[in-house]
Amino acid sequence: MAVFEAILELADDHLVLGHRISEWCGHAPMLEEDLAMPNMALDLIGTARTLYDRAAMLEGKGRSEDDMAYLRGEREYRNCLLVERPNEDFAHTMLRSLYFAAFMRPFWLATLEMTTDETVRGVAGKAEKEMAYHIRHAGEWVIRLGDGTEESARRMRDAVAALHIYTGELFESSPAATEAEAEGVLPVRADMRAAWEDVIGQVFAEALLEAPEVPYPQTGGRKGLHGEGLGHLLAEMQSVYRAHPGATW
Amino acid sequence: MYSQGLIGADGSTTETPEFLDTFQKRIDAEQKIEPTDAMPEGYRRTLVRQIGQHAHSEIVGMLPEGNWITRAPSLRRKAALLAKVQDEGGHGLYLYSAAETLGVSREQMTEELHSGKAKYSSIFNYPTLTWADIGIIGWLVDGAAIMNQIPLCRCSFGPYARAMIRVCKEESFHQRQGYEIVMTLAQGTPEQKAMAQDALNRWWWPSIMMFGPHDADSQHSDQSMAWKIKRFTNDELRQKFIDATVPQAEYLDLTIPDPDLKWNEAKQGYDHGPIDWDEFWRVVKGHGPMARDRIKDRKAAWDNGAWVREAALTHAEKRRARKMAAE
Ligand SMILES: [Fe+2]
Ligand SMILES: [Fe+2]
Ligand SMILES: [Fe+2]
Repeated sequence: MAVFEAILELADDHLVLGHRISEWCGHAPMLEEDLAMPNMALDLIGTARTLYDRAAMLEGKGRSEDDMAYLRGEREYRNCLLVERPNEDFAHTMLRSLYFAAFMRPFWLATLEMTTDETVRGVAGKAEKEMAYHIRHAGEWVIRLGDGTEESARRMRDAVAALHIYTGELFESSPAATEAEAEGVLPVRADMRAAWEDVIGQVFAEALLEAPEVPYPQTGGRKGLHGEGLGHLLAEMQSVYRAHPGATW
Repeated sequence: MYSQGLIGADGSTTETPEFLDTFQKRIDAEQKIEPTDAMPEGYRRTLVRQIGQHAHSEIVGMLPEGNWITRAPSLRRKAALLAKVQDEGGHGLYLYSAAETLGVSREQMTEELHSGKAKYSSIFNYPTLTWADIGIIGWLVDGAAIMNQIPLCRCSFGPYARAMIRVCKEESFHQRQGYEIVMTLAQGTPEQKAMAQDALNRWWWPSIMMFGPHDADSQHSDQSMAWKIKRFTNDELRQKFIDATVPQAEYLDLTIPDPDLKWNEAKQGYDHGPIDWDEFWRVVKGHGPMARDRIKDRKAAWDNGAWVREAALTHAEKRRARKMAAE
């Protein structure tokens, strides 16, 4: 059961972030980003789908990926708080993706080395490359904005101040994740710290940004203790599915 | 998504009869005109306007469908819709590039869209009210787009023709995907089937209006036909679309909301009831239900993104300066 929950946590991270990025569709600052953002959203949602499917199989109650995504409420979602943060502006959106991808890339690389779960290995092989692209794309934007105009630099600093407090949670393993780690399914989250800091350090140096001290990190997502925004995200996402119980789409 | 029958093109031109004659001979010989070739000003202007309208339609068309990405009722549908809306943005990009070969910048075209000077397909000024609209748009609107655009693959202007070949492949995928959504609904619960019928009722007439006014009322068609920018008349294309679509609706047991629709054995095609041209012109002139919201959204995206584009330019400038200083 613990492995099932640990995979669900990962799936929720990917779906919620993919959903957030998809909110930009048609509203991006330039046409090139109207093409790039759906790409990133599609990568994340694709990963979420495979992971939900795997979680449902491990659970063995005959639930589908859509049951997982559409029939759980905000107290049952297990995503980390970072991914549910609202888009705010393009600076926040790119920084949020950089923070997440800079964690997931080493996580998937480590997974490839150790996992005993073939489905998870398959996901890791594909997602590792996608996360490298997300680091590049989002990282380049963080640099351009951080070392751009006065306004963009201010917005970038605001984004760091707003989002850095959520990054600590990425390195924490819930009891379920700890078990999955002990069983050799997933790598130890805390072990990604050095690789993450390396990427963020390089990008921030070029972006003229500083990582702040975080005396009070914000956590709680793995226990289903979310911000108020997630309930609205889910209400919107699940509205049609829940209005027609049992229907096929 | 789609270019509507061109609205308000001015094909007038001032070149010498000899020049026009030589140009027409090239067209008649089915030679492709390339951006660096000499061309009548009217030809260039017609294309700039048509390709621009088409590009804007792709971009504005992202909005009504984007409206359902966050509510798509399954993860598979959500991913497919995201990919579709992304394709439409890609079509906009190729088309702006094709128009740029004629000497207008994307920025200029964008400004004309925002100021209301440039048109886009009026179909996107209707709202998407339920999930079924996403299926119906793929089936009918992308379907109508294909009817219009397949002949454009043979358009005399090379860059436009080549862009259309790529675009048409994706549009036919969208059309099949839309039809498949509608089929799932039509074969689903009674509520789902009613949702599909309601969407068909709302989108049918706007879809067949997409082909533009009747041939008798369409002044600009003749010159475009002679220049082989256009290959079929509005009514010919509309007829093809109706003839292809009616059996598809019958297969789904959905009713096309036209009591006068019936098979005409003599012409081997369907006759249809009168089109409400007042509605058509009202929407074309910018009074469609979503017209103000669409332009407001596009402008907001553009204006809210101004600081991002400015920062990108400034950053590139700083890089160049640093590189020069280092050399
Ligand atoms: Fe399309
Ligand atoms: Fe398109
Ligand atoms: Fe199109």
